[in-house]
Amino acid sequence: MKDPTVRAVLAKIGRYTFLSVLLGFFALPMLWLASTPFNAHPTLDVSISSFTLHNFSVLLKDPYALPSLWNSLLLAGGTALLTVGFAAAAAYALSRVRIPGRNGILYALLLLSSIVTGTAAMVPLFELAFKLHLIDSRVGVILVFTGGLLPAAIFILKDFTDNMPRSYEESARVFGASPFQIMRHIVLPMIRPGLATVTVWAVVNVWSNFLIPYILIRNPDKYPASVVLYTFYTEGGQPDLALISAFSLLYSIPVVLLYLFVSHRYGFRFHGGIKR
Amino acid sequence: MARTASPRGTDSADPAGLGRARAAAISAPALLIIAAFLVFPALWTLYLGTTNYRLTGFAARHPRSVGLQNYTNVIQDPDFHHSLWLTVEYVLFSAVLGQALLGFVIAWMLRDARGWLKRLIEALVLLAWILPSSVVAFLWVAMLDRGSGTLNALLHTPGTAWAIEHPMAVIVVFNIWRGTAFSMLLYSAALTGVPPSQLATARMFGANSWQQLRDVVFPHIRGHILTNLLLISLWTFNDFTPYQITAGGPNGKSEILPVYIYQTALFDGQMGLGAAISLLMLVINLVVALVYLRLLRDRRGGRKLERVAP
Repeated sequence: MKDPTVRAVLAKIGRYTFLSVLLGFFALPMLWLASTPFNAHPTLDVSISSFTLHNFSVLLKDPYALPSLWNSLLLAGGTALLTVGFAAAAAYALSRVRIPGRNGILYALLLLSSIVTGTAAMVPLFELAFKLHLIDSRVGVILVFTGGLLPAAIFILKDFTDNMPRSYEESARVFGASPFQIMRHIVLPMIRPGLATVTVWAVVNVWSNFLIPYILIRNPDKYPASVVLYTFYTEGGQPDLALISAFSLLYSIPVVLLYLFVSHRYGFRFHGGIKR
Repeated sequence: MARTASPRGTDSADPAGLGRARAAAISAPALLIIAAFLVFPALWTLYLGTTNYRLTGFAARHPRSVGLQNYTNVIQDPDFHHSLWLTVEYVLFSAVLGQALLGFVIAWMLRDARGWLKRLIEALVLLAWILPSSVVAFLWVAMLDRGSGTLNALLHTPGTAWAIEHPMAVIVVFNIWRGTAFSMLLYSAALTGVPPSQLATARMFGANSWQQLRDVVFPHIRGHILTNLLLISLWTFNDFTPYQITAGGPNGKSEILPVYIYQTALFDGQMGLGAAISLLMLVINLVVALVYLRLLRDRRGGRKLERVAP
C-alpha cells in the first residue's frame, strides 16, 4: 500500500513538471522576439551577445518598414471608422423602429459573416475587387473588411442601444430636440463603451490580417505591415534579421497595448476577432 | 418596475421620433456594404464556379460557361482529395484534440491556483493568440530553422529541417500553440459554474480526479464543450496562417484547403476551378454554423456564451 504523503508529493511533482513543460512550450517561440531586437549580432537562435538599439535604426532606414505601419494604420483606422459609424446608425435604427423580422435578418447576417470568411471567399472577393477597379486600392481593402465586420458590430451595438432607457430620448424630444440631435447628444455618449469595444476589435482585426491585403494589394508601397513582414523573410536572399526582429516587435506592440487597455478598462477579455 | 404609461408601439417603441423612412436611411449604408461585400460574393461563387475564368489570357477577357465541369473536375481530382484529407487531419488534431484538450487541462489545473505562475502561463497563452499572424509565423520559422533554430539546439538534432520533413506535424503543433487560449478562457469560465459542493461531496465519497471529472464536471459543461469544438473547428478550417509557415509545401504535403484554393485560383490563375472549391468550403462553413446556431437556441445558457466570445 502506498503512503498518502508520498502520493501527494508525487502528484505535486507531476503537476509542476507539467506546468513547466507548458510554460516552455508557450514561451519558447517568444523568447526570440524578446531578445533578438536588442542583439548586436542577430541570429535565428535565442541569444544576447551585447545589447544594442542599432537594429531599430536599421528599421528607420528601410524604405518599406515604417511606411507599411502607416499603411496598416490607414487600413485599420478607415475600417474602424466606417464600421463603427455605420454599425451604430444601423443598430440604433433597428433597436428603435420596428421592422418586421429584424431579429431574423440580424441573425442571418451574423451567420453569414461567420460563413463567408476571407479564406472561403477569396476568389469572389478578388474577382469583385477586380471588376470594380479596386485592386491595389486601400478603399477596396477597407470596404471588404467593413463588409465582414459590420454584422457582428451591429449585433454588439444593438445590445447597448436595446438596454438604453428610453426616458432620456423621450424627455429630449419633449424639449424639442430633433432625432439627429438626440442621436448625437444622447445616444452616442450613452453607448460609448460599445463604440470603444467595436473600434478596438475592428482595429486589431485589420492590423493583424494578412490574407486580404496580400491578395488585393499589388504595389509594395501600399503594403501593410503584415504583408511587408512576410516579404521580408520569404523574398530571396539572406533575410535581414536585425530588420525583421525590430520590425516584428514594433508591429506587435500596439496589439498588446490595445489588449491591455481593453481588459483593464472594461474588465473583459476579447479574442482576436472573427478569424478570417 | 412599471412600464411607461404610453401604449406599446407608439412612443415607447420609437422614443426619438425617428420614423421608418429615417430609420431606413441611416441603416442603408451598413446594409449596402454588407450586401455588396458579403452577401453578393457568396452568391457569386455559385456562378463563378460554372465558368472557365482565368486570371490572364484569352479566358480572362472572354470567359464562357462550362456548366458543372469544374465541379466534376474537382470531385475527381486526387490533389483535391489529398488536400481535403489534410484539412480533416489539421482540424481534428490541432483543434478538436489539441486546442480543446490542452485548453481544458490548463483551465482544470489552474482553476484554484493563485499567484505569479498562473498569471504567467495565462499571459503567455494569451499572447500567442493575440500577436499578428505574420509575427508568430516568423517566430516559428526562426525556431524551426535547419541551421540555427532554437529547437535543433535544444533537442541536439542539428540540421533537421522540421518544416520540410514533418510539415503537417509542424502546422498542427503550431495551431495548438496559437489557438489554445480560446478554449482555456471558455473552459475557465465554464468551470466556475460547477458547484463546489458537488465536487466536495464526490471527494467525500472517495471519487478520484477522473471520476470527479466524469460524474460531476462534464455533465455541467457539456454544452460549453460542444460550442467550443464547433467554433474552434470553424476557425481552424478557415485558417490561412499555415501558408505563412510552409506555403503548403513541400510538394503539397501541407496544402490544406485554404492554401489549395489560393494556389489554384490566385497563383495558377484558374479562377473558375478555385470558385468551385470555394463553394464547397462555404457549404461546410454553413453546415457547421447552422449546427452551432441550433445548439445555441436549444440551450438556455446561450446568451451567456456570446459574452465569453464577443
